[in-house]
Amino acid sequence: MHEMSLMEALVDLAEEEARKADARRIAVLRVALGALSHVDPHALRFCFDAVVRGSMCEGAALDLLNVPGAGWCLDCGKEVALAERFGACPECGRHRVQMTRGDDFRLIELEVA
Amino acid sequence: MCTVCGCGTSVVEDKDKTQKRDAHGHDHAAHGHHHRHSHDHGHDHDHGHHHDHEHHDHRHDHGGASHGDDSIDYGAGLAGVHAPGLSQERIVKIERDILSKNDAYARENRHRLGANGNFALNFVSSPGSGKTSLLVRAIEDLKARREIVVIEGDQQTSNDAERIRATGARALQINTGKGCHLDAHMVGHAIDTLAPEKNALLFIENVGNLVCPSAFDLGEAHKVVVLSVTEGEDKPLKYPDMFAAADLMLLNKADLLPHLDFDVGACIAAALTVNPDLQTLVVSARSGEGMQAFYAWIEARAARMAVAE
Repeated sequence: MHEMSLMEALVDLAEEEARKADARRIAVLRVALGALSHVDPHALRFCFDAVVRGSMCEGAALDLLNVPGAGWCLDCGKEVALAERFGACPECGRHRVQMTRGDDFRLIELEVA
Repeated sequence: MCTVCGCGTSVVEDKDKTQKRDAHGHDHAAHGHHHRHSHDHGHDHDHGHHHDHEHHDHRHDHGGASHGDDSIDYGAGLAGVHAPGLSQERIVKIERDILSKNDAYARENRHRLGANGNFALNFVSSPGSGKTSLLVRAIEDLKARREIVVIEGDQQTSNDAERIRATGARALQINTGKGCHLDAHMVGHAIDTLAPEKNALLFIENVGNLVCPSAFDLGEAHKVVVLSVTEGEDKPLKYPDMFAAADLMLLNKADLLPHLDFDVGACIAAALTVNPDLQTLVVSARSGEGMQAFYAWIEARAARMAVAE
């Protein structure tokens, strides 16, 4: 369950950025989470409460922004929607699709006080 | 934070600074605040908030410390929406990859290893695929050619490191405790401790786990995924991330193939579905079958790295 250590990395990063901004508390962490990323949003939320305890993120809201998946299908010669990592092209059914979007796991912004 | 020993990076000492920093008048001019932001992606959160915040020229009816810019909203807006009770909120734009910290450590490791001529392989697999036996065999066969050092990752025990040390090679055990993978910070410390000789090979045996280690770059030259033929041939489809992240697949325990229904061709086809560039070697750490091909692969790739440095 690597969501635990990913969440620790997220909280570390958020605290570092909040300190740079002279903030005392973090109210919201806004995170872009790609539909094709390694990260499961439910597991991430599950870990959040445990990891933030005692940090500047304690009491903060976790705002997960879903980034839909897309890929470039070599056979169709265009970008197609992808529902799963390494999934087939929804139009031609072949697997020659290179992921172009949806691998995100980024801290976009913080709301701080 | 380092999950091996619990040592912080700079988190602990900075906390005090932050607390002392509370009541001063500070300048936020350096931060790029964008109070009007639009999102072109869907939200899966369960609260409503508006994204057309316009904070310029708004009424400051607060009685708090005076701030010299417009980045703090004491009034309406964000506070009540997300965290009742907080009243002095502002937005800090960040846009940083959450694994950026790990990736920075990984880059540092890769640079150090490259400069010292150390070709590093990160062995990943599910538990019981025979990684340690494979490494023991490889060390026995290669140790006359050059030094080999090993970093062993397991949740508990130093059994694997002891098996490696029995070959005469130097090995360092990392116990990850609750962790399910090695990260680049842990490996950086391990490289410090092992201090491999110039041009030594570094084998990193990751925690037996076919999911999590795929996301963590350790600074290795290549990930090598080990799959034993006693597992299903569709594993590359079931756990695609790991096979996509690897450059070489070793199909281990090949000596058992006559007793099994394992279809090598189907397994390679499945692996190529998720990673068209993946190379495969069929090996047996027990009989030694295919191991010479693996050593040739190591020598060829190590030589290529040396040229690139």
